[in-house]
This record gives sequence, structure tokens and C-alpha cells, in this order.
Amino acid sequence: MNYHKFETVIVGAGGAGLMAALYASRGAQTAVISKLYPTRSHTGAAQGGIGAALGNMEEDHPEWHAFDTVKGSDYLADQDAVELMTAMAPEIVFELEHMGLPFDRTPEGKIAQRRFGGHTNNRTGKPVMRACHAADRTGHMILQTLYQQCIKNNVTFFDEFQVMDLLINEVEGRVVGVVAYEIATGELHVFHAKSVLFATGGWGRVWEVTSNAATLTGDGAAIAFRRGIPLEDMEFFQFHPTGIYKLGILITEGVRGEGGVLINNEGERFMNRYAPTVKDLASRDVVSRAIYLEIRAGRGINGQNYVYLDVRPETVNKYFAEDGVQGPDGKPKQVTAEYLLKKLPDIIDFCKTYLGIDPMQEPMPVQPTAHYAMGGIPTNIYGEVVIDEQNTVLPGFYAAGETACVSVHGANRLGTNSLLDIVVFGKLAGQRMAEFARANDWAPLPQETWEPTQAMLDRIRNSRGKERAARLREELRRLMMDNVGVFRTEALLNDALTKIRELKERYQHIAIDDKGKTFNQDLIEAWEVANLLDIAEVTTVSALARRESRGAHYREDYPQRDDEQWLKHTLAYRQPDGCIQLRYKPVVITKWQPKERVY
Amino acid sequence: MADVFQATVRIFRYNPEVDTKPHWKEYTVEVEPTDRVVDVLHKIKWYQDGTLAFRRSCLHGICGSDAMVINGRNALACKVLMKTLGPKVVIEPLRGFRVIKDLVVDMEPFFAKYRSILPYLINYDPPPARERRQSPTERARFDDTTKCILCAACTTSCPSFWANPHYIGPAAIVQAHRFIFDSRDQAWAERLRILADRDGVWRCRSVFNCVEACPREINIKKAIAEVQQAIITGSRDL
Ligand SMILES: Cc1cc2nc3c(=O)[nH]c(=O)nc-3n(C[C@H](O)[C@H](O)[C@H](O)COP(=O)(O)OP(=O)(O)OC[C@H]3O[C@@H](n4cnc5c(N)ncnc54)[C@H](O)[C@@H]3O)c2cc1C
Ligand code: FES
Repeated sequence: MNYHKFETVIVGAGGAGLMAALYASRGAQTAVISKLYPTRSHTGAAQGGIGAALGNMEEDHPEWHAFDTVKGSDYLADQDAVELMTAMAPEIVFELEHMGLPFDRTPEGKIAQRRFGGHTNNRTGKPVMRACHAADRTGHMILQTLYQQCIKNNVTFFDEFQVMDLLINEVEGRVVGVVAYEIATGELHVFHAKSVLFATGGWGRVWEVTSNAATLTGDGAAIAFRRGIPLEDMEFFQFHPTGIYKLGILITEGVRGEGGVLINNEGERFMNRYAPTVKDLASRDVVSRAIYLEIRAGRGINGQNYVYLDVRPETVNKYFAEDGVQGPDGKPKQVTAEYLLKKLPDIIDFCKTYLGIDPMQEPMPVQPTAHYAMGGIPTNIYGEVVIDEQNTVLPGFYAAGETACVSVHGANRLGTNSLLDIVVFGKLAGQRMAEFARANDWAPLPQETWEPTQAMLDRIRNSRGKERAARLREELRRLMMDNVGVFRTEALLNDALTKIRELKERYQHIAIDDKGKTFNQDLIEAWEVANLLDIAEVTTVSALARRESRGAHYREDYPQRDDEQWLKHTLAYRQPDGCIQLRYKPVVITKWQPKERVY
Repeated sequence: MADVFQATVRIFRYNPEVDTKPHWKEYTVEVEPTDRVVDVLHKIKWYQDGTLAFRRSCLHGICGSDAMVINGRNALACKVLMKTLGPKVVIEPLRGFRVIKDLVVDMEPFFAKYRSILPYLINYDPPPARERRQSPTERARFDDTTKCILCAACTTSCPSFWANPHYIGPAAIVQAHRFIFDSRDQAWAERLRILADRDGVWRCRSVFNCVEACPREINIKKAIAEVQQAIITGSRDL
């Protein structure tokens, strides 16, 4: 057995984990554990931008950003957290710039900004330029920059180590470490810590069509859940309106921010009908539903399950003129192919590579794609994990980034707010966990540390059933797409739940081919499938209970938002017998009473 | 699907736990023309032979996990479509690194070189309250080299690197370029000194396999030439 002792242990090396590491390592001995080499993390896939009311292009205010976020969340976000995040946004974007992040620039040399869905001028209701970006690879730049800073500051990394368990000292009621599996050798490592942060990212892989990496399997959330920690608001999972048809690869909202429009089979710019003011730049839940409704009405392209996203310069300019969009000089705004090529090089490359289509010549076939987990491990604004309706802190345990639920995104996240979330709350959590480590003594490890993980792995390795984990995963992902996607009903959800439980039963009878120790991904993937199954079950149970429609959770049998009954967060607990119990906690409201949401 | 075809995929296999030396294994897979090579590797791993090991994550050419040698050329398995390869495919691990298992190689020496060029912005002045100003032209100066995803496709395609594993290689030079030509950086001279070392930028023999290998289409030839030029002139204002 390998044994390590670090005051603070950070699990995950995406934007949230690395930002936390930079701050935690200033005050405490810190280790970062990641199943991927840090620069492979999916933060690197983020394209469009990070939101901050810098006002570099036009008038803007953090308060507007806060209101847009609350409205976008369909009033489920905790408003204290939203106000904090949006107020910190400008300073943290400047901090990233100081670290070296190569943002695009305005002619005066300031950070360039563009429009994004749901971000508005609160006086006029029109889209505002708030998304700070580096072409369409903003996430790549954030990930690179933060990793560079970690190198500069000599942060200790355990790369390609997969955390599989959380260690809790039940007597003292403290989290005291993790167990990790070293992928190259198959050995287990026990990390004893004073404070542990989970920053393990999302779980888009639960659905068939997704923008998420193959490795986004919800490990951190599933581990915490199995250790009795609740998961919050799991019914809220965002489908991004524009994934490449069938592949799910994301086409950033920045395309519509630059003027691209959605078109149905009749050549109509249909968002005019669904969101007359902001049109194609409505919130993602609204746009994804609109696309599905068009498809259902037979207006998908050639009757198929997709619509067009058109960013050809002539189309963009036509609708700019129609909408009266003006450039900085007050004249009607115009774009050229050359400009778009500079602003959207990667998505143009994706289309050429995967579709053989040049978006400057042809429209892109798109469909909604499973994208972002609004729910997750509940935390307060310091990243401390809170485990009940009273927000009681579980000492020593922290979560940040997509795997956490602060909640700043409520029922629907606005674009550019996740990159902001990961750096703001990564920073606050990193600071806090180092303070905790300084202020507290070591608590002993529990009696059993690595043994349950070893037993679990041996079970998978030695199991002689006939089921292949990959087959179960394939069935699960299709089921979740059909039954627990953009449109939900009681019948669909019940059916999903029955089938998920059958899949869980079949999972008991899997067998793997690879029995070895070296880089055994067969084993790891089988373990990850267990996580997907658990996450799918909590999502479905939470969705079944919520008899209303709010943000990304749309129940055709309960199409209205119901603030009287449902203005509250779901907390899902796993009981010792494996059943899931649901409890609820109130939403924090500071300034903005729930109103009807129109775009 | 009309155009489904059978592909024969020959894969380099090596598991140090059981094999004394590497060997080839052939798989027959039904593929669609638009399948990526990584999809084909998944079909093999998931439904035929779970012992096959290869890295991958994002599946769309952004994370740099799955550079490998496909029909003799370095590429990302997630960016090559089967229709460009036809029914016979040969897949090997990147050259010049120790094989851990099958297509998985030990990247540590590669990252060590990356770290050696001080891959972070160095600016000794106290930062202003807002952003440091940088004109669009200054920003454009190093735009191309910010695209690097550290996949190692370039370095492992380079004959100079094969001949001398100490050569710092194109990836590290590209990364250095990204900082040397950033108007905000003040340690460019130090990086130039590092790259002027005998295992530095002068080991480049202008073969430029790297240019073709780069999945991000970075103009590596230009980046290397600019770094060399900066060393000669002692200035980054070329
Ligand atoms: C294609 C795409 C585009 C996007 N564009 C934008 C955008 O423009 N603006 C925006 O605001 N948001 C965007 N988002 C959302 C945003 O990028 C993500 O929500 C955010 O980057 C998540 O960061 P993270 O640090 O929480 O997780 P990740 O970056 O996903 O990192 C997770 C980390 O956890 C590690 N890990 C996971 N499980 C384990 C385990 N068991 N053991 C050890 N380590 C583990 C991984 O190795 C990885 O390092 C986009 C998302 C996608 C998919
Ligand atoms: S899997 Fe990320 S680059 Fe291919």
C-alpha cells in the first residue's frame, strides 16, 4: 500500500481544481490528483467565453449580470451566491489576464467581449456584449494558463490517478482523505488529508448525444453520494441547443453571439416566434425546446431530427439589418467571412473535419446535446460541502466547479457562467481549505481505508458474468436520451427508472477482458459505468418528484412553473439500503422575487 | 447506412506484464465512412477485446490525448475519419517514447521539456487594476502558437528527435514562442538562452514533418524560424 500525507488534497485538474490548487498551495501543502493529465481536462473544450460585466464594449454592470443569471436560472439559483460571483467576475477576469491569458483585444487593447444567450442590457432587454473570449478556445486558454501558473508555483501533481473513494472519520465527523488507483500500475494509494476538494467535472456521458468528454462520468458526485452526502438539484441538466448532428460536438453559442441564426426546413428563422426580443440568444432551455418543437411539428431539415445553424456572412448581415443591429460607428453592423474565421476558427475546423462542411458556405446541421450539470454536490459560497436543509457543513470536505452545486445556475445555466463559476469558487474553496488545514489538527484515518476499494475492484475483475459494461452503458445512454431528456413525463420517467434498475441488476453480472494491472482501462471504465448508473438513477428520481416545469426540467404533464410548491432545491440522499430519499431546502432570495420569464 | 464497410485494423500490442516483446494484432471491424479512428478503437475495445489500451478524452481534437501513428502518419485518432483511410489501417504508438501498454506511451520526458522553457508569463511589474493593455496586432503576433494542445504529434514525427532524444523538439519551441512573442512577457531573453542550448532550436534540420503532423495546423516552421531569428538578432522585434 502506498501512503501519502498532504494537508490539502484536490481531486480534479480542470479549471476549478487548478484554480483551487493555486490558492490552496499558497497556504498549505497541496496535492492535485487527476485521472487525466491536467491539460486533457474538459475545461479545455470550452469555446465561447467567460462572463464578466467589464463594460469594455458598451455599458454593463455586475448587477445586470446577476439579474440575468437569476432569471436564466428560472429563479432557482441562490441569489447571494450569484451576487458574489458576478461582483467578483471583473476582478477575476483581470487576474486571469495578469496570469497571461491571451484574451482577444479591442482596438484600444482591452479585453474583447461578445454577446451570449441570456445576457442583456437590463434597461432595453437587448443582448449585451459580456462574454470575454479568446477566439473560440477560451477554455483551452484558461486551462493552459492555470496549468502554467501551477508549474510556476511548483504544485505537486499525481497525474493519471483515479480517485475511487472518500475517507470519512465518522467519530469526528470529518473528511480525512481519499483512495486513488494509479492507472499505470494498478496500485492503490491512500491520501491522508486535512481537507479534500472534489473538482471532478460533469457527467454528460449519461446521455447518448453529448458535448462532454468520454471521461466525464460523474465520478466525484457518485463517490460522495455513495458515502451518504446528498446531491442537489440533479433533475436539472442542460441540453445545449447546438451540438453537431449525431456527434454532439458543441457549436458554441458564440456563433449566435456573432450573428448566426437557427433556421427550420421552411427557411424560417423560427426563434422570432419563441423569443421575440432576444431571438436566437434566448436561454438555452428555451432554445433547445424550440428546436424540439420545430422537429416535432415536422419542420426539422428534410423531416429529420435537426435544424440548421446558419452563420454565413450574407445570412448574418441580412438579420443584423432586419434587427437593426449597429456597429460601434452607429452604422448597420456587417461581418465578413474573414472576421468570422478569426472569431470562430475551431468550430469552422470541426465542421470541415467531421461534416465536410464549410460554415462560410453552408449552414450547419445541429441538434440539442447533453451539456452541463446544474446540480451536484451541495456547497456554500466558500466551497464547503453542506449536507442538509440547514446547510450544515461537513468539515474537511469541499467541492467546486461543475460537480458542485453552490447554486449559481439554478434550473438553467447561462453560457459563460461556468468558466466564471469554476475560477471564482475554485479560488474561494482553495483559500478556505488551506485556512481549515492551518486551523485544524490531523484527524486519524478510519480503520478501513483502501480495503473496500480493493474488494470492489476484485469483484469487477473476478466477476464471470456475461454482460459487457459497454453494452449496459450504451443502453443507459439511449434510455436517458429518450426518457430523461429535454421533454419529460411521469410515464417516461417511471419507465426510465424501471429500466435503470434492471441495468443496475445486470451490472452485477458483468465481466471484463483485462485482468491485468498495467493501464487497465477495461476495469476503470467498468467502474465508471457504475457511476453513470447511480447518477442516472438520482437524476430520474429527482425529476419524477418535481411536478412542475422550471428551466431545463420540462414536464409536459406539468408545463407551468409552480413557485408555491417548488421554489426549492432538491436534496437526494442514498439510504444504507440503497433507496433514494428526497428532501428539500429553500432558495436564497435577496433582491429578485420570481417573475414570469420571457425573452 | 449505405456505405458501411469492413476494415482490417492492425494494431501494435504490448503488455509488459505478459509480453516479452511487442506484436501485432489484427481486428476486423464494421465501420461507417464518417467513423473516426477513435470510434473504431472503441468498437474494438468495447465489443471485441477489452485488453486494448489507448488514451482519449474529448473526442474532437481539443485535449491532445490520442496522438498516435495511423498508417504511418502522426495524427489524433479522433480527427481522422475512416473514409480517408479505406479498409486497411495500421495503428502504432508515438515513436521515441517508452511504451507503457499498447498505444499508451510515457509522456513524462515530453512534459519535462515543456516545463524547461518556462512555460508561463513572466512580468516583473506590479499588475494594473484592470487588464494589461495589448493591441490586436501585438496579440496576433503569437496567436498561432497559443493553439498547441501538447499532443506530441509534432515532436515524435521529427527525425532529429528520433536521432537525439535530448533534442527539445518542436512542441517545446512552439510553447516558448507563445511567450517570447507575447508583448506582456519580460523573460523572453532567458527563454532564448534556453533554446540556444546545444539540444535546443539549432537541432532542427528543417525536415518539417512536424508541420504536417500538427492537428492544430500551427505553422511550426514559421515559429521555429522566428525563434532562431530572435536568437541571432538578440531581439524579438523581428
Ligand atoms: C464543449 C464545451 C464548451 C463549453 N463552453 C463553455 C463556455 O464557453 N463558457 C462557459 O462558461 N462554460 C462552457 N462550458 C462548460 C465548462 O467548460 C465546464 O463546465 C467547466 O470547464 C468544468 O470545469 P471543471 O473544472 O469543473 O471540470 P473539468 O474541466 O471537466 O475537469 C474535471 C477534472 O476532474 C478529474 N477527474 C474526474 N474524475 C476523477 C477521478 N475519479 N479521480 C481523479 N480525477 C478525476 C479530471 O481528470 C479533470 O481533471 C463548456 C463545456 C463544454 C463541454
Ligand atoms: S480525444 Fe481529445 S484530442 Fe482526441
